Formats: sequence, C-alpha cells, structure tokens
Amino acid sequence: MSLWEYANPKKFMQTSSWALPWVAGLSVLALAGGLIWGFFFTPDDYKQGSTVKIIYLHVPSAMMAINAWVMMLVASLIWLVRRHHVSALAAKAAGPIGLTFTAIALVTGMLWGQPMWGTWWAWDPRLTSFLILGLFYLGYMALWQAVEDPDTAADLTSVLCMVGSVFALLSRYAVNFWNQGLHQGASLSMDKEENVSDVYWFPLLVCISGFVLLFVALVLMRTRTEIRARRLSALLARERLA
Amino acid sequence: MIALLIRDLRLAFRAGGGFGLGLAFFLLVAVLVPLGVGPDSSVLAKIAPGILWVGALLACLLSLDRIFALDFEDGSLDLLATSPIPLEGVVAIKALAHWLVTGLPLTLAAPVLAVLLNLPAPGYLWLVASLAAGTPALSVIGAFGAALTVGIKRGGLLLSLLVLPLYVPTLIFGAEVVKRGALGMEVGVPLLLLSGITAGAVALLPFAAAAAIRVNLR
Amino acid sequence: MELVVENLAVARGGLTVLEGVSFRLAAGGALILRGPNGIGKTTLLRTLAGLQPEVAGSISAPPESLTYGAHADGLKAVLTVEENLAFWAAIHGVGGVKDAMAQMNLTDLRGRRAANLSAGQKRRLGLARLLVTGRPVWLLDEPTVSLDVASVALFGAVVRAHLAGGGMALIATHIDMGLAEARVLDLAPFKAKTPMSAGASGFDEAFA
Repeated sequence: MSLWEYANPKKFMQTSSWALPWVAGLSVLALAGGLIWGFFFTPDDYKQGSTVKIIYLHVPSAMMAINAWVMMLVASLIWLVRRHHVSALAAKAAGPIGLTFTAIALVTGMLWGQPMWGTWWAWDPRLTSFLILGLFYLGYMALWQAVEDPDTAADLTSVLCMVGSVFALLSRYAVNFWNQGLHQGASLSMDKEENVSDVYWFPLLVCISGFVLLFVALVLMRTRTEIRARRLSALLARERLA
Repeated sequence: MIALLIRDLRLAFRAGGGFGLGLAFFLLVAVLVPLGVGPDSSVLAKIAPGILWVGALLACLLSLDRIFALDFEDGSLDLLATSPIPLEGVVAIKALAHWLVTGLPLTLAAPVLAVLLNLPAPGYLWLVASLAAGTPALSVIGAFGAALTVGIKRGGLLLSLLVLPLYVPTLIFGAEVVKRGALGMEVGVPLLLLSGITAGAVALLPFAAAAAIRVNLR
Repeated sequence: MELVVENLAVARGGLTVLEGVSFRLAAGGALILRGPNGIGKTTLLRTLAGLQPEVAGSISAPPESLTYGAHADGLKAVLTVEENLAFWAAIHGVGGVKDAMAQMNLTDLRGRRAANLSAGQKRRLGLARLLVTGRPVWLLDEPTVSLDVASVALFGAVVRAHLAGGGMALIATHIDMGLAEARVLDLAPFKAKTPMSAGASGFDEAFA
C-alpha cells in the first residue's frame, strides 16, 4: 500500500469522505477547548492586560499562513514531478485558505498593536512580511483564475509557487534588513516567544493543534470540491463528444 | 542569439516600439511626486531614494507585457521554440534587450531626475550604481512574469500582480543603497545583496521562464 | 534521412483527437494530410514540431530536422521583407536570403515593410522563411491560404525543388498544389474513439 494511492481521485474521495468528519470534529473540539481555556482561564498579563489573549488567534493563524504556503509548495512539486492531479488541486485549494489565515494574522496583529503600540499599523518587519506574503497568495490565486486549461494552470502556478517561495524568503530577510536600517527597530519589537510562560503556552499549543486540524479539514473539503468540479467538466466534455 | 538581440532592439527603436515611454513615465513620476508632496526640499530629499526606485520599477513594469506577447501573437514564439536556439537563451536575450531599452536608459536618466527631487549630493553615485546593479533583475523577473502570462489575453494587469511581489527584495535593497549613500553611510552590504539577487535571478529565472513558455505553447 | 511516425496519438485541450497515426516519409517524399475541419491536422503538425507532447506512440526524426510553417507567419510588421528573412536565416545559422526571395518572387519587395504587404505577399514571405531554415522536413499548415493561383503554382514549384533536393514535406491542405507525386493521408479513420482515456491528459478515468 503506497502513499501515492491517495493521488488517485477516487481513492482520495473515499478516504477523505471518511476522514473529513473526524478531522473537522477534532478541530472544533481543540479550537473550542483551547480558546475557552485561553480566554477565560488564564491570568491577564501584568503589562499587556487582557489584550495578550489575542495571542490564541494571532500566533496559530500566522503559523498556518506560512505552513499553508509550504504545503502548496510541496503539493506543487509533487504535481510537477509525478503529475498527480489531486496534488495540483490540493495546492489550488490551499491558496485561499492561506490568504485567509494571513488576513486573520494581520487583523489580529493590528488589533493587538493598537493598544500596545498606540497605532493600528506599524511597518514592523513581521507585519510587513505578512502583508507581502498576502500579495504572493493573491498573485498565485489570480494566476489560477486567469488560465483556462486546468493542466496548464496547474503547471504555471506550480512554477510560480516555486519561484515565489524563493522570493518570499528573500523578502522576509530584506524586510528585516530594511526596518533595522531605518528605525533601529527595537522599540516595536515584541519578543513573544521568550515572554510566554507556561500558563499561556499550554492553551496556545491546543489552539495551534486546532488550527492545524482546521487547515487540514478545510483543504480536504476544498480539494473535494475541486475534484467534483473537475469531474463535472470532464463529464460535460464527454457529453459534448457523444 | 545576436540576431535575436539586434531584431528586438530594432523593433523597440522603430515606430510603435515603445522606446522612451518608460523614460517619459519615469520623468512624470519625478514631476508629479513633488506636486503631490509639496515643495519642501528637505522632505523631498528624504523620500527621493524611494521615489526614484519605485518610479524606475514602475517604468520597467510598463513594457514587460511586450517581451513575449507580441511574438506569441504573430507566431514568432512558436518558430523560436522550434529553432536551434534553446528557449532559455531566447528568454535571456529578450530580457537583455528589455534591459537595454528600459533599465539602462532609466539608470542613465536617474541622476537628472534626482535633481528635481533634491537628492543629497553623495547619493548620486550610489543611485546610478544601485540602478545599474538592480535593474537587470527587474528585467529578468519581469521576463519570468511575462512568460507565465503569455497565453492570457489582456494579461497586463495580472502580470503586474504577479511581478510586483517578486520585485520586493530588489526594491528594498536598491532603495537602501541610495538612502545610505545619500546619508554618507556604508553601502557595501545592501549593494552586494542587490547584486546577489540580480546574479541569482539572471542565472536561474530563464530556466523557469522557458518552462512556463513551453507550457503556454502546448 | 527518414521521418517515421508510429501509432501516434495527439491531444488538444485535454482530449485525444487522433490516435493510431502511422506513416513513413523518406527523403524526397511528400505527404498531404486531409480531413474535415477540427480533425486535428494542426494538432498533429504541432506535435510533430515538438511544440506539444504526444499522448502515445513515437516520432523519430533526425534532431533539428523539422520546421513548422503555421497559420501565423511570424513576421514583424516594422521590419522589411529582407530584414525579416535575414533574421530567421541568422537564427538558423544559414544564408540564402537572396535566393529565397528570388524563389518566392519577393526580390522586388525586399525593402518594403511587412506591414505594407498584401495578405498574399505576407504569406509568400512566411513561406520563404522555410527556405532559410536549412531544415529538410517542412511541416506546412494550410500553406496556400490567401495565395492566388499563380502563387500557389510558384509555391508548388518551390516545394518540388525542395523535394528534389532530398527534402520532405508534410502538408495539411484542401486544395490541389499540383504535387502529383505526393501521397495523401486521410486522417478521418484515425479520429480518436476514446477521447477521454488519454493517459497524458487531464481526463484520467477517475475524473470522468
């Protein structure tokens, strides 16, 4: 039993229809548990007050915004090397989800930043690089939209995803460089990883696992939709020929 | 290969080739920004490096969709793809032609426009150096974007959407060189990073672009 | 020097259009492709030219021996007749621009820009390009479109001279070019019976 069997659309549909409710259910449980624990049963931070609790949305969504891109990259490579259609469709499915996570990370970052830094938006390196990541997602999705032939679109978006990954990484370092160079940035830094104590850390872990499961569930769902749409167009094409 | 370069240059310089449009656009940016920002020369001096780089970048963007789309429409791209020249070479030559027609004139004209924006005197040298080092990357990255969108009708807007995020590192390092240069600071690190991006893009992107063209010709 | 096509299947837009196409073309031979519109003549020629992958079967020809003459002529409107030809000659590393212009009756038009040529003259220029590629196998897609009777005869003579010199031609056309010696291949019997089963295309059985 090889892993590649799941690349067959039929096999994927069977397995995912069985797995989807479990993944979705677990993600709801983890999210509900993690968020309730985090929001109501952790103490306020002595410095940041209750605003610190936005961490439970901000950090996991930021992580998943990056992980979604990595997943897209892996799926694109699989498509380019092995020509499995499910892989290309999964990459397509992940795009809007990744963009949504990026948007959530940005909005929660702004909400957090307003009381903390006194401004809705600062060109902090992290915020800036997420904004740029969002632009990469937009371009990737726009290319999928613009190309009519599905296999051509899959090829082109895969190439874009590979090249884009390199440039997204470069942008990340460029932005770090740029901000230090301008603002001597320390005033706006927020060393959250170092600050977070166990009290916040455990519910955060639960939330992160909830977001991972949510991402998997959404990707499964959207990939199933894409497969059905693809099957529909295949059937229509066959009908036209008959 | 030389024949292709000469043909592309000839096409650009003859009527309707679009040579000079990018330069005119660059000039307009340098005129409009002070009109929008106000005549305060200290403010202009501060934003000049960024405005000049953003202006050059947008001027470069204007002519990108011509790199492959015209050859695609009249069938030349099919014929080039079946010619003895490797498609990677075709991409590299066309990017070079694009740079000679846009990037190089922008680089040479930038000091003149910098006068309009009150760029501090030490910045001029680094403005030219950074554009010379960075605009080739803009052309090659743009050629990659043009290759992705060559089969799409009215793909110009999409092309901008794909290419602009890819321009971010080049823009940041390029403008940083000028900014530091204008302040009389050390510019070695960003200039090296900028050159590194250009070298990497020139070396690798023609392969990705050629792959995209092959997909689009299918 | 031989072009051998065996059991070739070609696809357009993810659907297999032709399958089981086999033929041999030896030096000096010409093959005329016939078939109704949409049967896949252009797709077949583009596949042979290497512009798109074959779905099944094999094409064997010496490397860089084929040149493709498409619907579009690949001309630049702002370049003159001679400049257009000289460009393609330089790309292929061969000469013969003057000779090609003479053969296609373009010498008088050499300094005229392609933008100012009539449709038939453009077509003649596009066909003259074949002569400066130095390649033996010509893949021609409706070469006679917009040519008048005299030009068709002229081009027929050019093709015949090419064949006499050991060249080959594969021509998709509906009109008689006066190539009596050419074999005719009717593509209608090769129309794909199972367009969806194409392994290389998007319609693997699991999707349909």
